[in-house]
Amino acid sequence: MKSSYFVWPFTIGLIALLAYLFVRFAVWVYKLEKEDKARIRKNIFSVKSIQAIKETFIESLLHHNIFKTNKVLGYMHMSLAFGWLLLIVGGHIQTWVYYNSFSNPVYVPIFFEYFVHNKTGMLFGEALTFTMDFILLFILTGVALAYFKRFYSKLFGMKKTTSLKLGDKFALTSLWLIFPLRLLAESTTASLHNTGGFLTQNLGNRISGFIPATTFEPVFWWAYSISLGVFFISLPFSRYMHIPTEILLIALRKWGVKSKQTFDSFADVELHACSRCGICIDPCQMSSSGVSKNTPASYFLKSVRDKEINSYDALNCLMCGRCEENCPVGITTTNQRLAQRINQANNKQGNFSYLEEINYQAKPDVIYFAGCMSHLTPGITRSMIKIFRKAKINYWFMDEDGSVCCGRPQKLAGNLKAMEQLMGFNKKRIVESGAKTIVTSCPICFKVFSEDYNLGIEVLHHTQYLNRLVDQKLLPVQADNKKVVYHDPCELGRGAGIYDEPRKLLTQIAKLIVTKHEKQDSLCCGGSLGNLEIEATNRSRIAKDVVDELTRTNPDVIATACPLCKKTFIKVASVQVLDIAELIAMSIPEPNERVEKYKDITVLQEELV
Amino acid sequence: MSVFGFKINEARVIDYDKTDKRILNYLLENEPSFNLCIFCGSCTATCSAGNFTDFNIRKLKMFIRRGLVSEIATEAEKCMLCGKCFLVCPRGVNNRNIILKVRDALTKIENHEI
Repeated sequence: MKSSYFVWPFTIGLIALLAYLFVRFAVWVYKLEKEDKARIRKNIFSVKSIQAIKETFIESLLHHNIFKTNKVLGYMHMSLAFGWLLLIVGGHIQTWVYYNSFSNPVYVPIFFEYFVHNKTGMLFGEALTFTMDFILLFILTGVALAYFKRFYSKLFGMKKTTSLKLGDKFALTSLWLIFPLRLLAESTTASLHNTGGFLTQNLGNRISGFIPATTFEPVFWWAYSISLGVFFISLPFSRYMHIPTEILLIALRKWGVKSKQTFDSFADVELHACSRCGICIDPCQMSSSGVSKNTPASYFLKSVRDKEINSYDALNCLMCGRCEENCPVGITTTNQRLAQRINQANNKQGNFSYLEEINYQAKPDVIYFAGCMSHLTPGITRSMIKIFRKAKINYWFMDEDGSVCCGRPQKLAGNLKAMEQLMGFNKKRIVESGAKTIVTSCPICFKVFSEDYNLGIEVLHHTQYLNRLVDQKLLPVQADNKKVVYHDPCELGRGAGIYDEPRKLLTQIAKLIVTKHEKQDSLCCGGSLGNLEIEATNRSRIAKDVVDELTRTNPDVIATACPLCKKTFIKVASVQVLDIAELIAMSIPEPNERVEKYKDITVLQEELV
Repeated sequence: MSVFGFKINEARVIDYDKTDKRILNYLLENEPSFNLCIFCGSCTATCSAGNFTDFNIRKLKMFIRRGLVSEIATEAEKCMLCGKCFLVCPRGVNNRNIILKVRDALTKIENHEI
């Protein structure tokens, strides 16, 4: 078997990369928490590992999720990743067949065409050469798209693409050069020995006409090997580290390791699995409404990776979860940001001992917790009271005389200690009352009650509860002809996965019109408590953009299910903004006209607030 | 001969030229909307914490202007960060972040960073 000095840049690069990855992965797994390690031990020899391999194939190679975002972008990623793998596999098959042996030096399959000049008598020789040329062409179309994308990203459904740092530039340049250089190297060799396929032979014959192939053959093979070596060496210092890390991430996820609020080893794996593809940039409303360029998750994760994160960038995000929804790698970007907020949180988080003096005495079936925000939109609380009375429920309006905050705003600010204090207070009162169900009007409270409180009783958002009352025929509702669009609140939709109940309710009382952004793709109103830094004018700017989007079909009412969304929209909307609870309360037929008049006044008062 | 005239009780004097401006300056740098406040008191009227205890953001803001560090520390402890105050503010003051930044400034004072 032949050898040549030019194979060394590639071989050294590959060995260095594999050694680095082995150590890095081992450290990541070693640093995982005990329970996570136990989960891995339990699941590693199960069907879950096969599922992980399948997902790696679909996501890391075929890039199924990116195809969902944009077909051209998906094709570009697939041709590079899947094509490269095919090229490696193909090279190995050629080597095995030709040398009739499985133990060949690692560089032979890569530089096969350089070493083998006489394929006569080789099994499937012609077919393999054709296939390899075809795969190379497949990859080169991807590379051409990548060049093109740098200068014209709109074709790929992206208005903006990410900016690069030094390690990225090295890796990107070498990656862009690898396949064109391979083409040139194989072509010159083909022109000298007549061993090429449809692509390399034809190109080789052309270029041998105006450059001396004998002189340039070693130059191209050296350049090809060096570009591979540079790519392997620069990979750990560039965004291409996401390629190996994503495989580990998929495996860890399949083995049952879950993302936590605090920054652990798994979060670090996620952080490095971010390819900075930039798909999160366009969905980010902070970016699309022109409020902040640095908010999109890819920039945020980069700054965390480079240890350049500051408090302003960590807090300047709506935490709406649109980036997480769109991330093709499935990185839990909201938890990532929360983890940084928790890391940076001040030790002074408040002292709420004054709450101990409050005493409640009630023994209800259902607790109604309006939430702080609902106190600013009294139309919602009034409607809920009317509904409870109408359905003859033994309810208790827990925060009628003012809310003790549920604790979620504290969590969003990273203040976990303060959150514990507030949760402790509310939980004690809720459990002591002996109620079986707690209904809240505020999705922010709903999320924290259902996720963090461990109440042991049923937690419902009022849309779920009202849906149940209507289903049980406890509420007589009447449909009318008004056109309604529904705005999914972030915390209720993407945050808690409740999309159907509000829509079901609305179809029963009005004409529900579909908008451009529904369910997972819904927009954030801009009022979010998640953003600590945003200025009031910028909140309104985002809200205005959303209202414009929602009112494209000229609806009579914008319906929502969150007091904060309502409050934010009212400031900028020219159409009526109502909560579903208000719409339901209004749709209950009244026996006489006097009450009808009173109902109109209720709405008027509400709008003055 | 004694000097004729009225005597001013020194302890009650607030000299804005001599007050401790560390927290104020930190705030103006990190949450400039503090300057927009017209002391209308809407934030205080709607305050969730103020509903249960003697807590007054408007007063806190006055303490900040007067540089009364220990009073600020006691007041800033009570806020629950629920965010109603910034929603009702007619001037768009980011009251919620003011509380967080005041706490940051207090920590920095303790560590002699400002």
